[in-house]
Amino acid sequence: MSLKQTLALAALTLWPALASAGPTPTNWPGILAEARGQTVYWNAWGGSTTTNAFIDWVGTRVATEYGVKLEHVKLADTADAVTRVLAERQAGLDGGGAIDLIWINGANFAAMKDAGLLFGPFAENLPNWALVDSNGKTVTTDFTVPVEGFESPWAMAQVVFMHDTADLPERLGSMSAILDWARAHPGRFTYPQPPDFLGTTFLKQALVDLTSDAAALQQPVDDATYAVVTAPLWTYLDALTPLLWRQGRAYPATGPAQLQLIADDEIDLAISFSPGEATAAIADGQLPDTVRTFVLDGGTIGNASFVAIPYNASAKAGAMVVANFLLSPEAQLRAQDPAILGYGTVLDMARLTEADRAAFDALDLGLATLGPAELGPARPEPHPSWMTRIAADWAQRYGAGL
Amino acid sequence: MDEPLILDDLAVFSGARRLLQLSLTVRPGQVVTVMGPSGSGKSSLLAAITGTLPAGMRATGQVLLGKMNLGALPPERRRIGILFQDDLLFPHLSVGGNLAFGLAQGGSRAERRARVDAALADIGLAGFADRDPATLSGGEKARVALMRTLLSEPCALLLDEPFAKLDQSLRAQVRQLVFDRARGLPVILVTHDPADADAAGGPVVTIGG
Amino acid sequence: MRGRSGTGLLPPVILGLMLLPVAAGLAGTVMPAMGHLPAAGFSGFSLMPFAMLAETPGLGRAVGLSIWTGIAATALSLAITILIAAGWAGTRAFGRLERGLAPLLAVPHAAAAFGLAFLIAPSGWIARLVSPWLTGWTRPPDLLVLADPAGLALIAGLVIKEVPFLMLMLVAALPQANPAQRIRLARSLGYGPVRGWLRGVLPAIYPQIRLPIYAVLAYSMTAIDTALILGPTTPPTLSILILRWTAQPALDYRLVAAAGAMLQLGLVVGALALWRLAEIGYARLMVMRVCAGARGGHGAETALRALGGAVTALVSGILGGGLVTLALWSIAGPWGFPMPLPEALTGVTWARHAAHFGEASLNTAFVALTTTAIALVLALTLIETAPAGQRADRAGWLIYLPLIVPQISFLPGLQTALIGMGLGQGFTPVVMAHLVFVFPYVLLSLADPHAALDPRYDQMARSLRQGAWARLWRVRLPLLLRPMLTAAAVGMSVSVALYLPTLLAGGGRIATLTTEALALAAGGDRRAISVFALVQGAAALVPFVVAALGPAIIWRNRRDLRHG
Repeated sequence: MSLKQTLALAALTLWPALASAGPTPTNWPGILAEARGQTVYWNAWGGSTTTNAFIDWVGTRVATEYGVKLEHVKLADTADAVTRVLAERQAGLDGGGAIDLIWINGANFAAMKDAGLLFGPFAENLPNWALVDSNGKTVTTDFTVPVEGFESPWAMAQVVFMHDTADLPERLGSMSAILDWARAHPGRFTYPQPPDFLGTTFLKQALVDLTSDAAALQQPVDDATYAVVTAPLWTYLDALTPLLWRQGRAYPATGPAQLQLIADDEIDLAISFSPGEATAAIADGQLPDTVRTFVLDGGTIGNASFVAIPYNASAKAGAMVVANFLLSPEAQLRAQDPAILGYGTVLDMARLTEADRAAFDALDLGLATLGPAELGPARPEPHPSWMTRIAADWAQRYGAGL
Repeated sequence: MDEPLILDDLAVFSGARRLLQLSLTVRPGQVVTVMGPSGSGKSSLLAAITGTLPAGMRATGQVLLGKMNLGALPPERRRIGILFQDDLLFPHLSVGGNLAFGLAQGGSRAERRARVDAALADIGLAGFADRDPATLSGGEKARVALMRTLLSEPCALLLDEPFAKLDQSLRAQVRQLVFDRARGLPVILVTHDPADADAAGGPVVTIGG
Repeated sequence: MRGRSGTGLLPPVILGLMLLPVAAGLAGTVMPAMGHLPAAGFSGFSLMPFAMLAETPGLGRAVGLSIWTGIAATALSLAITILIAAGWAGTRAFGRLERGLAPLLAVPHAAAAFGLAFLIAPSGWIARLVSPWLTGWTRPPDLLVLADPAGLALIAGLVIKEVPFLMLMLVAALPQANPAQRIRLARSLGYGPVRGWLRGVLPAIYPQIRLPIYAVLAYSMTAIDTALILGPTTPPTLSILILRWTAQPALDYRLVAAAGAMLQLGLVVGALALWRLAEIGYARLMVMRVCAGARGGHGAETALRALGGAVTALVSGILGGGLVTLALWSIAGPWGFPMPLPEALTGVTWARHAAHFGEASLNTAFVALTTTAIALVLALTLIETAPAGQRADRAGWLIYLPLIVPQISFLPGLQTALIGMGLGQGFTPVVMAHLVFVFPYVLLSLADPHAALDPRYDQMARSLRQGAWARLWRVRLPLLLRPMLTAAAVGMSVSVALYLPTLLAGGGRIATLTTEALALAAGGDRRAISVFALVQGAAALVPFVVAALGPAIIWRNRRDLRHG
């Protein structure tokens, strides 16, 4: 077989992987050329003023740098974007879709990838992928689901607990310590109501911290062992729930609603999935400056935020350019700046230039943000099936009334 | 013009019930008074002539203006003027605007304006063109309403108790004005005031009862 | 434009245009409810979605909650509206109230709910104003004031918005009932004014406000934003459960959401039937009471009037207080509990979001104006071509279907249908989707005044030899200017506040003040929410101001038209 024939055959075999029509991710100059003049509709949660401002900044940068116009479609819920792509597929709109880029991770990613609603693989062909800490950080799996290039990481997140030191001066080292404190201070803690993303994260964090069989969580739920593995969680919640804010008869709807409760001095302790959120919220006047953060002694779970491209996106090249820009040291540095966003970087410091590394080192993480050493290594997310299952059980036990 | 208004075996039905039936010829210059108790169908008779019977009512027979059968024509092409007991001056138009609304089409802006002014002077209301009709007295309104109808150059005139709401002193005065001005037209007057019939001086037809 | 000449086809065509989206949308929901959603990998038909629905923890309570809050909010709103009208109609105070209705009506549901929440929460403004000097609270008490399991806060949030709406509809219907004459008659027969109004005027008006009442009932049972902000959470109402299912990553929950939407539709239809039965029962009861001829004492009359006045003050006080709270938060620096006022005032929040107002305002205005203009033309066409003596909206009551069918049960299907027609994004599908909701409100607002127009003006114009178009343009439309502007204002305020139809039909590409506000609301930043709620409210208010000032200016020299 000649070389030409081999290449042709390879292209043919590869073709199904790229079944959704679109630019070839390997031809970066071609993508840059195609992207120029495109408008990219980035569907991202619009609930955070600071994130919205960051996305605005990304828009101005990719416009000047690459001639890509970025429009932030502000969503109340990422699921709205999933709904949209589903509706387009249902209507047979396999190209020219309304969404070019989605801020996504975890279960939404798993569902879309599984249903074949995503374009790719493209992530590992982005030029800035070379800078990503793909060995040290959990960017090749998302909630244990292999990413396989169907989404590109742009920020690291890890569970921290925010506490108002005016009322709760000391950090609490474990889930049991939180329960003990709640006994002494009933009504001063709550978490967003599952199936809210952060609420289920609290449940998973508690499960990871309490269970004796952490390895089981990395596999899909096994009906035979489910009851045993989760028993400590339900015992814990049975004890904690009456001690919660409003005796557990009402819950804040979302993470930010929970922040507001700290600001109003209704609660003293809250969970967050962003180590820099507290600092950014203090700078923004949304939290009192007495708020600090801590992690549990046994470590807290962490994951990455990604961007993905729907299979029928209109501006795939432009979307890839934006995804690549998000991985640039410039964007990552800005995202990590607590005065701006306070999101952890996905880059490997060793792969950066001297100057970029120095810029990261020079960042003042802010008064309420833990340094990398204090934060410790992130514990892996359980398989998505755990989240679905314990959220359903939670609804049965605590969310359905008396 | 100068054609008689002829009702040829005109009958008005409400559903299946016949309200009235009559034949009548009204010559130009003649005022025929139709009298009858409430509910006898006096107003329906006029609506049948103008072609504006409400839903659920219908008419049989013919309405003729001379030899022209009006039955096939929409109301606005029948050239039959009508005055109600309310002046029904359009509240959104000025006094002059009301008259210009009635004025038959044609003529330049200035000509039309001049005709309106002349008409106003004719009824003793010179300079009233820009007034809000709501600010006029009852007698003034009645005169404007009459003039508006006459300016539309009707071939016949119907009067639906037009004097009923005027007080006693005004009534005679307006009545006189109407009959003077309507001279040369066939006129049907519907009323239950015998004084109206006397003043009209023409034949009296009684329906119902 | 006469019903009897070749325009008879128009009403069915308009009716079809308005119903098609609902029908297509419903079809798009029935299929997934029966287990068929190929895009998500489910094909064939099964009862699995309904089985999953039945197994939902707390479903019974959620259903009960939806029915209870919906019916209670509607009954209370109606009772308050009638009480106010019976006690005060015809007085100067009522005239002022009529004019004050517009701003109250313009406040979007979400903004009103946020205002109420910021006002009455344990850490809310009222608690701050009386703490700690009166209550002794140095921290917010752990009281279940919002999100209470009985849904009382939710009912309150619905009532403060629905009373102004019902009142506007009642005021529009009043002139046809000739209330002054009826009251005079009732009083001459020895009835007090309140009782006279209840016995003499209400029976004439009720049929005219029946549809708006049904719309209120359907809306209250299915409200999403108000329920999210004020409603209970363990469990929430059925509408919130459906919302949660559509937000579930696991795609089989889309099927459950569709089945839930079908259940919700059934509940609404059932509640409407129940309401209708109650109407009949009440009417029978009233006939018996009227025949008994009870006049009641003077004391009861005074008490009812006083109660009406107190309730008016309460409703407008809560709405107004909520708006003031929003205004305060929008300019608040740090504001900890129990400070009665912010420690500092700042324009930072306004400055930060001002950049986004421009485009969102333009989009909002463009969509609202276009939609309302089309709706007005369609509504007038429908009304004008209705056979003489027949009310257009009575014949085509189906037009009001979009107000009664829960949004969530047909919007996703409508979205799919629009995409299938190649109208997946941009202004056109947004305007089409808005039209489905705006048109019924415009027709509802216009039908009564049009029917009340003295038909003799038209007869007079005909006898003055004016053709159809001249009569329309030079007589009826000018006479209807005020109600048309009011209808346009109602339509625009509806359009401004639409969230789901904008998001779903526009593919998220048309950012309006409301989509921005609701996305931000998801973030819970109280200052940002306040800014957008105020801007959104202001946007909805502008058309009402135009509707109020327009006729006053245009008709400044026309005494009979200057006031309603």
